[in-house]
Amino acid sequence: MVNLVKMDLLELTVNGEKRLVMARPADTLLHVLREQLGLTGSKPSCKNGDCGACTVLIDGQPIKSCLMLAVEALGHEITTIEGLKDSPIQRAFIDKFAFQCGYCTSGFIMNCHALSVIHPDAGDETIREWLQSNLCRCTGYEEITEAIKTVLAQKAKDNNG
Amino acid sequence: MQKVGIGVSVPRKESQDKVTGLAIYNTDYLSPKLLYAWLVTSLYAHAEIKSIDTSEAFKVVGVQAVITGDSYHLLCGPVIEDHPPLAKEKVRYFGEPLAVVIANSEAVAKEAAGKVIVEYNPLPVVNSLASALEEGASLVHKNLAFYKQVKPNEIFPKTGTNIAQHVKIRKGDLAEGWRQSEVIVEANFSLPQSNHIAMEPRNAIAEIKANGQVIIHASTQAPFDVRKILCHCFNLTDTQVIVNTPLVGGGFGGKTNVQLEIIAYLASRAVHGRAVKLIESREQDMTSSPGHLGLEARVKMGATKDGTMKALEITLEVDVGAYVDSGSQMIRAMAADCTGPYHIDHVWCDAYGVYTNHTYVTAFRGFGRLSYVFAIERTMDKLAFALGIDPLELRLKNALKSEDTTPTLVRLNKSSIGNLPACLTKIKSMMNWQEGIRRETGSNKVVAKGISCLWKTSSSPPDATSGAIITINADGTLNLNVGTVEIGSGSKTSLAQILAEKLSMDVNKIHVVMDVNTGISPSHWKTVASMTNFMVGNAVLDAAEDLVEQLRSIASIVLRCPPEVLEVGGGKVYLKEDPEIYIEINEIGNGYEYPEGNSIGGQVIGRGSFIMHHLIHMDKDTGKGRLGPAWTVGAQAVEVEFDTQNYTYKVLKAATVIDAGKVLNPKGARGTITGGMCMGLGYGSRESCLYSEGGERKNPQLRTYHLMRFGENPTYLVDFIETPLIVAPYGLRGIAEHGIIGIPAALANALSTAAQVELNQTPLTPETIWQAKRGKLDDSL
Repeated sequence: MVNLVKMDLLELTVNGEKRLVMARPADTLLHVLREQLGLTGSKPSCKNGDCGACTVLIDGQPIKSCLMLAVEALGHEITTIEGLKDSPIQRAFIDKFAFQCGYCTSGFIMNCHALSVIHPDAGDETIREWLQSNLCRCTGYEEITEAIKTVLAQKAKDNNG
Repeated sequence: MQKVGIGVSVPRKESQDKVTGLAIYNTDYLSPKLLYAWLVTSLYAHAEIKSIDTSEAFKVVGVQAVITGDSYHLLCGPVIEDHPPLAKEKVRYFGEPLAVVIANSEAVAKEAAGKVIVEYNPLPVVNSLASALEEGASLVHKNLAFYKQVKPNEIFPKTGTNIAQHVKIRKGDLAEGWRQSEVIVEANFSLPQSNHIAMEPRNAIAEIKANGQVIIHASTQAPFDVRKILCHCFNLTDTQVIVNTPLVGGGFGGKTNVQLEIIAYLASRAVHGRAVKLIESREQDMTSSPGHLGLEARVKMGATKDGTMKALEITLEVDVGAYVDSGSQMIRAMAADCTGPYHIDHVWCDAYGVYTNHTYVTAFRGFGRLSYVFAIERTMDKLAFALGIDPLELRLKNALKSEDTTPTLVRLNKSSIGNLPACLTKIKSMMNWQEGIRRETGSNKVVAKGISCLWKTSSSPPDATSGAIITINADGTLNLNVGTVEIGSGSKTSLAQILAEKLSMDVNKIHVVMDVNTGISPSHWKTVASMTNFMVGNAVLDAAEDLVEQLRSIASIVLRCPPEVLEVGGGKVYLKEDPEIYIEINEIGNGYEYPEGNSIGGQVIGRGSFIMHHLIHMDKDTGKGRLGPAWTVGAQAVEVEFDTQNYTYKVLKAATVIDAGKVLNPKGARGTITGGMCMGLGYGSRESCLYSEGGERKNPQLRTYHLMRFGENPTYLVDFIETPLIVAPYGLRGIAEHGIIGIPAALANALSTAAQVELNQTPLTPETIWQAKRGKLDDSL
């Protein structure tokens, strides 16, 4: 008996590049990004949408890549932490000591980055609503709060100046 | 000369990697050669395994092997060998690994694992401490008497019972203590098991080469212990096993335990040594791998009318779950510090480790202190109210100081105990304590404050060691190689700061080897117990002195003077009396060449080591002994806003003042403390392993087991006292665990004051507060 495992050849747009991957219909975007493209910045942690460590951007919107199938990403712009270069939020995370073990950091940074682009004028309530989708077990969230607020304040200053 | 050493907020050495996604953790180790393992786990808390049918699993295309516990005659355990790596004959907890499928992909392994058919014969479930200790209780381990004790002078099981450990403290004369006591209070406490939830789930990779060399890649806090335990279990030698550990995505004690490394090794052996990767799902990480202990405590405390504490009797019953692991060591640690940081002449403590059919436990941030401190600090408040003394003042009055003795009869001095009164005085003003601990602030709202103290010593083995190696690069920078793992505590950066300070160098010129490889890294006991900066820091200073001596020796030839007149600093070896006469260390760090070609020296390698000294095992009958070189003391407080109608509450402030000896990295230190406080608030307010009547885990995922989330955190107040520990680098004390220790107690004290009812259990949810107010624990309406 011949066992045929169904694999599809998919063309994904990742960090501005067209990439070909082989994926089963059941493969999550997280799995394909990591195992096929070596983009291990997106982290597996709960694989259930509860912790946000695998957050990537789909057309600029933060999405938990453990909850999205690779096939669902066809035709969309995928941005992973590896696609973020010298962004203000990355600098702010270092300056404010906003990470310890670093395992949740990629997901937090992607979510914060999207927030700062989509809601540059976000107030405390919006920040809280957005960032509650990510878990950090090391920090007490104080430094992450400082990091996102620094970035938003700088944006406000740039826009007004 | 630019100098960036200690006392400066140096960003983590691995910062760039961590914000770009380039930091590599063990889960990120990818290779086409890898096979994948998936655990088959028990659906029962206590049952005989009648049969395991793996035939259907084998039919799944891509399956390489299926292994089950009955293939092995193997019992493991760091203190007592009670633990088969895969359940054999019976299962003892829900989620216990009993078989492993090894396949070409994780998807295939997982699918096939679902086709392993296990037939069980259910046994009576030991589902609580009470049922474990009752007469005629079902025994979790019938063969307790026959298990090999790895550390026979540290574990005292009671044959024929579920008691795996019994530690005693007998200080002074308890009867005399009660005679001197004018006010006596008593209370009982109950704290559930909980989970570590490091964001990187536990995982390991094992490979066995043709020559027998075992290569492990593990997300562990203890690579050298992984090597030791694998050697012990499988009769291997140190040189046959190499353990590699990259950055670790959080540990909190949960990665001190050696479990998946053993299973991955067995899995690799079943596929002729091919590399096998085993990553636990979040659910497995929360049920199959060990959690944090549960505790039932009974406390009786006595004092004179003026508030001088005289007597303490405390019974600790610890739910260690199905296997002892390091639970027995935490029980020793809790007993040894059982009074809290207070001077009491007459102390009696019985601490028991009790087997149940719950997930087994291992080290957790604070190594047990979190739990017993809750009992002591709640009782302190009860005593204060009975005496009519302010709770903070009562603590201040009884705070341990120089010349006092601990429960294990260690005589303290200023260096070893630090300054708790100064911590209390500082937190008093930080929290506006004088405004009163309870005030009504409007419609159904009350603002209340609670206080707690903490102390902790290392509880390390008497022979714990560390090493350090320093080499010099052509550009004058240094390489520092140490065996500690970077788990998030920033220790690699702190150690670079210690070296920078010692050599008067810019810390940016010191490279730290991030990954650990037991074949080439200097050994280090484990990255635990908040001891890295102390132990490895001392080894680094020792290595720096060795380096300096060699540099001066070579420089003395080049500069034509005796070594004694030379100094090393700022990357140079220079004349003390005239720093203008010098040679750069990179010119002599790897041999010095004279213009005509003659060369001297060779590579300069600074070697350093450290070993604990004067630690003494606890006496079996009295507890007398010494478990660590010194203590870290501190005071913590919480302010809540409580709704007197629906019992909801908001934590407004959480404060900590710790005697850090010396703060190495101010921002780093603050983050370590606030992170601990956040975890403590989570444990106090919501975290708990819930078991069904049959002992099945009811909340094994992050959707049902809630952690503190962004924005739920209070305002943090953090400050430090600096009383040097004279045997430590620059006087520092460990602070990595301490932020968590007193917070659940301080929260419960604040809420008890707010709700005007004794809250003696966690988690403190509106529902449990409501139950306490109603005076009973049932929730029937």
